[in-house]
Amino acid sequence: MEFSRNRPIFLQIVEEMIRRIARGELLPGEQLPSVRELATELHVNPNTVQKAYQELERRGIIFTMRGQGSFATENVSMIAGLRTQAAVEAARRFMREARGLGLTAEETMALLAALSKNEHKGSG
Amino acid sequence: MEALVEVKNLAKRFGRRWALEEVNLTVPRGVICGVLGVNGAGKSTLLRILAGVQRPTSGEVRVLGQRPGRLTKARVAFVPEIDHLYPWMDVQEAMDFTASFYQDFNRERAAKLQSLMQLEPSACISTLSRGFRARLKLLLAMSRDAALILLDEPLSGIDPISRGKIGDAIIQAYRPAHSTILIATHLIGEIEPVLDRVVFLHRGRVVLDEEAEVVRAARGRSVEDLFREVLA
Repeated sequence: MEFSRNRPIFLQIVEEMIRRIARGELLPGEQLPSVRELATELHVNPNTVQKAYQELERRGIIFTMRGQGSFATENVSMIAGLRTQAAVEAARRFMREARGLGLTAEETMALLAALSKNEHKGSG
Repeated sequence: MEALVEVKNLAKRFGRRWALEEVNLTVPRGVICGVLGVNGAGKSTLLRILAGVQRPTSGEVRVLGQRPGRLTKARVAFVPEIDHLYPWMDVQEAMDFTASFYQDFNRERAAKLQSLMQLEPSACISTLSRGFRARLKLLLAMSRDAALILLDEPLSGIDPISRGKIGDAIIQAYRPAHSTILIATHLIGEIEPVLDRVVFLHRGRVVLDEEAEVVRAARGRSVEDLFREVLA
């Protein structure tokens, strides 16, 4: 994972872990990598990872058990919420991009419908 | 937080030239602090004074609450920019040699770093490339349970792969609850995500002292970009 150096790195780690949980790459109750493991994986300062974990914990997205490590939340409605939020953000990004290319809302919807139909055909 | 390094009104003169002027700096335990500046900014002089190998002209310097000297040297690991390794030794001998006069040398960590940095124990130092010598210098310092680790230009003049390995080794070996690391460098790019805090030195003076994340949050730019802007 590549970080933007123009934004706080701990926030980008928070976003990355939320993404992993929303996508099911981290399952409910699954253990997160240790601070040092993640710091090594991402090539960042362990203090920065620690700060990200504290923020995730504050938001209730992960929980820490003393001496055992940190775990993804088991609260499935919260995970569903994170997924919805991520989907809304992805849709917004797409809408903005389409608008920037000069598509009207109707054209954008029509394009999506056509693409979706096409993908079904491809996979089916 | 306990101040591990305290510098007040430090100045250092060489002949008629002032290498450092009015330097004030307090660094607590548990941070990795970048001392950033172009060549000749005073970075090495500052590190050498903290290491106790050079004396200030004026001002007050405290390392672990004491004036740098014989007592602090046992708890400070200093890696100078020059190559101080004995060329006839092999990697294993260099580790044994360091372990023999620093009681805080941690052999377990040394073994981990040795495999992480792919240093062959039987390789003779005279045959090592610059990048591998730099790796070994870092290993010998980071293997000590020192309270303060001073790295002078650990990345300069070496290949990108070695620079990456050195960054990874710093992350692996760093013990936030015990130590503070000061890294003097003019190469910011690769090391930037490793730094908690950055101090810009320019012509012997501190021109910026800030948390790296604050630079990104408040100014919306990387430390490297800010460095170019402030010192250009």
